[in-house]
Amino acid sequence: MHSPKPNPEIDWPSELYRILKAADVRQMSYVPDAGHSQLIRMFSADKDVTTNVLTTEEEGIAIAAGAWLGGQRSVLLMQSSGVGNCINMLSLSAIGRFPLLMLVTMRGEWAEFNPWQMPMSRATQPSLEAIGLKVMRAETAEDLVETVEAAAALAYDSDQQIAVLIGQRLIGKKKW
Amino acid sequence: MSNASQLDRRAAVAALLRDRKDTLVVSGLGSPTYDLHSVGDHDGNFYLWGAMGGAALIGLGLAQAQPGKRVLALTGDGEQLMGLGGLATIGVARPRNLDIVVIDNQHFGETGMQASHTGRGVDLTAIAVACGFAATATVRTLEEVQRLAVQIAAPADGPRLFVIKVLAENPPRSLPSRDAVFIKNRFRAHLGFAAA
Repeated sequence: MHSPKPNPEIDWPSELYRILKAADVRQMSYVPDAGHSQLIRMFSADKDVTTNVLTTEEEGIAIAAGAWLGGQRSVLLMQSSGVGNCINMLSLSAIGRFPLLMLVTMRGEWAEFNPWQMPMSRATQPSLEAIGLKVMRAETAEDLVETVEAAAALAYDSDQQIAVLIGQRLIGKKKW
Repeated sequence: MSNASQLDRRAAVAALLRDRKDTLVVSGLGSPTYDLHSVGDHDGNFYLWGAMGGAALIGLGLAQAQPGKRVLALTGDGEQLMGLGGLATIGVARPRNLDIVVIDNQHFGETGMQASHTGRGVDLTAIAVACGFAATATVRTLEEVQRLAVQIAAPADGPRLFVIKVLAENPPRSLPSRDAVFIKNRFRAHLGFAAA
């Protein structure tokens, strides 16, 4: 199977920030995550974006719904391990057809060092699809940038509930 | 544990919202949603029938998007106990226009009236204080609820959490629409946003 190498020339967190700003995202919620650390820093430094640090991922699903009720677009950043915490709360987005964009960095796949990450890694995509989300996935920086741009349009313009899974190969091997 | 209040929950919610003006209200699933509907349907109401643990956090996202409006999350003790972590998130976010009011009957009323944690000594106002909320109180009489309504209408320095202790009873259900898309679009239209 063709498996392109990540392109280190592309600063994908900066590209995602640019795309999400262009999509008029005004709120960002996150659970701390190494893969998202640059994006978290950029949003946190942006006075036009309200950021919320969460104690658990499902809080961000509820915040995103509240933001939309109040007329703002929200994006939610998490790891695949956190997807498992979200399933019941995602019924809110699904039944209310609330726009939802989740950017999920994958654990438990490419060069993972922690076997405890494996079960939730396997369950991430099927459980998101089971509760009604559309799952998109990217393995390279180029693909991720295009995918998030399309996902933002689907979410905010077409009232869809989207999770973009960011392959662990793209994040790089975690030093242990 | 015996219930410490004789206050009727519907009378309490009616007194709380009698002069709501343009306050936006999100209600937690179960009795708070029925209570909110019982005092009169309103385009500025968003009723939850699920998403347990999320009412106060929907209130947070809404309060952040609408900083010029007061936002009230009206919920029950069981729903708020499930969202305890959310109180830390709200405490850190420190919105100045969000109030959480917990209609606390100290029981899980929807599921057979088992005693809840608040009926066994857990104090939600103390948790809110520890999370950095700007004000908290526990009230037990109609007169105190009326004073609370006045307090809620006044500006705040940060999020506030108030507990209204009520009788453990299930009054006749007053049921709003269960169509979340309808309620969502109606709410957004109330704020001047086009429906999708």
